[in-house]
Amino acid sequence: MRAAEQLRLKIKVLYSTLDILKRNATLVSVIARITGHLRVTSSLTALVVLSVVIVAGCTPDHPMSTFDAQGPVAQRQLDLFMLIFWIALVVFVLVGGWLLYTVIRFRRKSGQGIPHQTHGNTKLEITWTVIPAAMLAILAVPTVIGTFYITNTPDGNRLDIEVTAHQWWWEVEYPESGVTTSNEIHIPVDMVVNVDLISTDVLHSFWVPKLAGKLDIIPGRTTTMWLQADAVGEYYGQCAEFCGESHAWMRFRVFVDTAEEFEAWQEAQLAQAVVPSTPEETEGAGLFLSKGCVACHSISGVPGAVGVRGPNLSHVGSRSTLGAGIMDMTVENIAEWLTDPNKLKPGNIMSLEAPVYTNPDLSLSTGEIAALSSYIQSLK
Amino acid sequence: MATIGHVLRRPTNPTGLWNWVTTIDHKKIGILYGITSFMFFLIGGLEAILMRIQLSRAGHEVVSPEVFSQLFTMHALTMIFLAIMPLSAAFFNLMIPLMIGARDVAFPRLNAFSYWVFLFGAIVLQSGWFLGGSPNAGWFAYAPLTASSFNPGNGMEFYVVGLAVLGISSLAAAFNFIVTILNMRAPGMTLMRMPVFVWMTLVTSFLLVTAFPVITVGLIELYFDRTFGMNFFNTAAGADAILWQHLFWVFGHPEVYILILPAMGIVSEILPTFSRKPLFGYQVIVLSGIAIGFMGWAVWSHHMFTVGLGAVANSVFAITTMFIAVPTGIKIFNWIGTLWGGSISLKTPLLFSVGFIFMFIIGGLSGIMHSIAPSDAQQQDTYFIVAHLHYVLFGGSIFAVFAGIYYWFPKASGRMLGERLGKLHFWLTIIGFNVAFFPMHFLGMDGMPRRQVTYSSEMGWDFWNMVSTLGSFIIFCSVLVFLHNFFRSVRKGELAGNDPWDGRTLEWSISSPPPEYNFATIPVVHGRDPFWEEKYGAGVPAGGSGDSKSDSHEEAHHGIHMPTPSYWPIVAALGLFVAAYGLIYNFGVSVAGTGIAMIAIYAWAMEPATEPNKD
Repeated sequence: MRAAEQLRLKIKVLYSTLDILKRNATLVSVIARITGHLRVTSSLTALVVLSVVIVAGCTPDHPMSTFDAQGPVAQRQLDLFMLIFWIALVVFVLVGGWLLYTVIRFRRKSGQGIPHQTHGNTKLEITWTVIPAAMLAILAVPTVIGTFYITNTPDGNRLDIEVTAHQWWWEVEYPESGVTTSNEIHIPVDMVVNVDLISTDVLHSFWVPKLAGKLDIIPGRTTTMWLQADAVGEYYGQCAEFCGESHAWMRFRVFVDTAEEFEAWQEAQLAQAVVPSTPEETEGAGLFLSKGCVACHSISGVPGAVGVRGPNLSHVGSRSTLGAGIMDMTVENIAEWLTDPNKLKPGNIMSLEAPVYTNPDLSLSTGEIAALSSYIQSLK
Repeated sequence: MATIGHVLRRPTNPTGLWNWVTTIDHKKIGILYGITSFMFFLIGGLEAILMRIQLSRAGHEVVSPEVFSQLFTMHALTMIFLAIMPLSAAFFNLMIPLMIGARDVAFPRLNAFSYWVFLFGAIVLQSGWFLGGSPNAGWFAYAPLTASSFNPGNGMEFYVVGLAVLGISSLAAAFNFIVTILNMRAPGMTLMRMPVFVWMTLVTSFLLVTAFPVITVGLIELYFDRTFGMNFFNTAAGADAILWQHLFWVFGHPEVYILILPAMGIVSEILPTFSRKPLFGYQVIVLSGIAIGFMGWAVWSHHMFTVGLGAVANSVFAITTMFIAVPTGIKIFNWIGTLWGGSISLKTPLLFSVGFIFMFIIGGLSGIMHSIAPSDAQQQDTYFIVAHLHYVLFGGSIFAVFAGIYYWFPKASGRMLGERLGKLHFWLTIIGFNVAFFPMHFLGMDGMPRRQVTYSSEMGWDFWNMVSTLGSFIIFCSVLVFLHNFFRSVRKGELAGNDPWDGRTLEWSISSPPPEYNFATIPVVHGRDPFWEEKYGAGVPAGGSGDSKSDSHEEAHHGIHMPTPSYWPIVAALGLFVAAYGLIYNFGVSVAGTGIAMIAIYAWAMEPATEPNKD
C-alpha cells in the first residue's frame, strides 16, 4: 500500500515536470537546438539514466519532503525548482559530457608530437558568454515574478495568525478569535493564512515544507509570510535556523481542517479548561499550583495559573504531540518529560529554572509525576 | 633601544629547528604553511567524521548537542580559515616568486610574520577544545545567539580573537603578495603575460585586503558587546540582529571567492601543461577572474533570501547572483577549450584538475538553483546547501589543492609523488566525495535542516544519511593513501629533475628543489609561456619573438645577496599570541603581549634586511 502510494507520488512529480516543460516551450526548444549540435543519442541516454537515479532520490511521501507541495506557495517553489533542475541537468549532461569526451578523445598517444598551439577563438568565446547570459536573463523573469508572489500576501478573505518562536517551542495566537495555543497550528483548508513571525530570544525560522518555504524569525522585527493548504491533513514543520542546543527538537505540526472542523476547534480552545474528575487528576491539579508550575504556565479558569514564559496548557491534552512535536501526547510521555526535561530537550529553561528541578527538596516523586501527568493529559 | 637588536644575536646560518623558526625564505615558509594547514585539514576532517557518525542513524547519541554545535562550527572554521586559505597561501609562497622570476617576495620578514601569526591564531581558535568549550554558534555566528546572555563561557571569545588574529596574518600576506606581484616581476613579464595562477593570487589578495576589514569591524563590535556590555547586536536593547548578518556576508561572500579563485588559478596552470597547449582564451579567463572579484561584492544577500528583506531586495540579489555564473561558466568552457585538441597526459595532477571542473560544474549548477530566490526558500539551511557548498569547496578548492600538490611537489621537494598511489588517491577521493555529498541533495529536498544533532526516523532520512557516512569513510581512506604516498615519496620518490611535466612557466626552468636564490640569472620574459618558448621556440603571438635563449646572457649576477634570517617576525607574532589570550582572560597580559610585539617590530625595523657581514 505504502509502496503504491510512493509510486503514485513519484509519477505525480514526473507529470508536473512534463507540465513545466510544456509551459516553458521556448526554453526547451533552445536547449533542444543546442543538444542538436552534440551527440544527441548519448546525451539523451545519460539524461534518462540521471533522471531515473535522481527521481529515485525524491521521496514525496516523507513528512518533510518538498516534492509533495500541498499549497500554492510550495507549488510555485516546486515548479521553479523543477524548471531550473531540468535546465541544470541538461547543461550538466552537455558540459560534463563534452569534458569527458574531450579528455578521452585527446588522450596522449605514444609518439604524438606537439599539438597545434591555439590561443583562443573569439567567436566561440562570445558564444559561450552570450548563451548562458541569455538563458539566465530568461530565468530571471519567473524568478522575480515568483519572488513577489511568495512575499506578498494576496488580498481578500484570509486568516491572520501570529507565531512567536521561543527556544525551543512555538506559541501560536489567533488575534481575531483570541485563541492561544502552542506547537500545533490549526488552519482551515483553501484559505489564505497570513503568518506574522516574532521571536523573543534568538533567530529561528518557520518552515512547513509541504505548504511553504521558510522565513526567518528575528527578535525585534516582525516578518510576514503567507501560506495556503489545498488539502486537509497533518503537515510537519521544523525550525530551520540554528537556535542553540536543542534546535533539533524545535518541531511543530500544522493541522489543516475543513471550515467546520476549524470553527469547532476554535470554540473548544476558547472554552474553560476542564475541571479534574478523578482523585489522581485532582491531586495533579493541586501539585500544579503548589509546585510552582503556574509561574510559567497558564490554564484558563485556574486561579493563579497565568504564567506566560511557557506554553499555555489550557487544552494541552487535545494536542497530538508533546515537547514541540518530539513525541506523542500520552500519559507515559508526559511522565517521561516531567521526570527529566533536560534529557529530552537539553538546555530548556524548565529544566534549568523550575524549582522542582533545581531544588532537591522540591523534586517530584514518581507518584507526583503520575498525578501531574494524568491531570495534564485530562486538559482536553 | 638601539641595542635591542643585539639582545638576540642574529642567526646567520642556522641549522635544524632554528633554521625553520628564523627562516625568511619564501619556499620554506611555503612548506611550513603547507604542512601546518594540512594538519588542520586532518583535524577538520576528523570533526566531520564525528558528525557523520553521529548522523548516520536516527536518534544516535554519539556526541551531545552542545559538542555537536561546537563540531559543526569548528569544522567550518577549520576548513575555511585553517585549511583551504593557508593551503592557498602555501602555493602563493612556494610558487609566486618562482613563476614571476623573482628571488623572494617583496617583504620576506613580513612573510615569516604572516606564517607565525597564522599558526598562533590557529592555536587560539582551536584552543577552545582544551579550555572549556569551542565556539558553538556556527561559523556565521548569527546574533543574538552569540550574546553573553545566550552564550556564556569563553567559546565565542576564541572565535572573535582567533579570527581577528588570523585576519592580521591574511592582511600581511595579502599586502606582501600584491607588492610582490606588482613590483617583482622579471623584466618583460607584463601583467598580461603573468601566469593565471599569479593573476588569481593578485585578485585574491585584493579581496583579502578589502573583505577582512569588514569582518574585523563585526568582530570588534561583538567583542565589545560581550566584554563591555555594549549593544551593537543586543536585540533586547533594540539593536538590529540583521546588522551582523550584513557585516558577516559582505565579508563572507568575497571570502567564498578567496577560497575558489586560487583553485581556479592552479587548474589554469595544470591544464595547459598536461595537454601541451596554451591556455585557451587567456585574456577572457583573467578578465572573468577579475569580474568575479568585483561581482563577488554584489551578491552577499543571497545568503539572506529567507531573512525577509522584501521582494525587491531579494529580486535584485537573485539577478546579480545568477549573473555571477556567467564569468564562472566562461572559465569552465575555456578550460575545456584548453583540453580540446591537446595531447592530454592523464597524470594525477590532470585527473584532479578534471575532477575539479566536473565537481565544480555540479556545484555551480546547484548554485544557480539557489539564485532562484523563491525556490531557495525551500533549500536554505537544509542539506541541499551543505551539498552545494561542499561541491564548491571540496569538489572545487580541495580537488585543486590536491592537483597543485601533485603538480608542484616535485618542484618543492625534488622528488615525484608516486603516480600509482596518486591515481588510487584520486579515484578514492572522487568516489568517496560523491557518495558522501551527492545524497545530501536528496536529504535537503526531503526537508532535512542543517545543524541539527539528530533526527527522528519517521522523517525517512536514515538511508541517505548512512550512505553519506559511508562516503565520508571512503574519503578518510583516500587521505590515508595520500599521506602514505607523501611520506614514502619524500624519502624514496623518484628524482624529479628540473622539469618533470614538460612545463611552460618559469618555475620549471630551475632546479628542483630550487636554490635559495631561485634564479642565478633573472630571466627575461618575451611571452606568456616563457619556458615553453625557450624549449620549443616561439609561435606565441602575444608580444615578441620567442627565442629567449639569446637573452640568457642578461644580468649575470655574481654574489647574490639574499635577506638574512631573523628572530623578530616570530617574536612579534608571539607578542600578538600573548596579547590575544590577554584579550580573553586578562587585559594586563594583553598589554604585556602588545609590548613584546612593539619591541619586536622596533627591532625588526632597525635591523638591515641583509646583514652586511654575511656573504
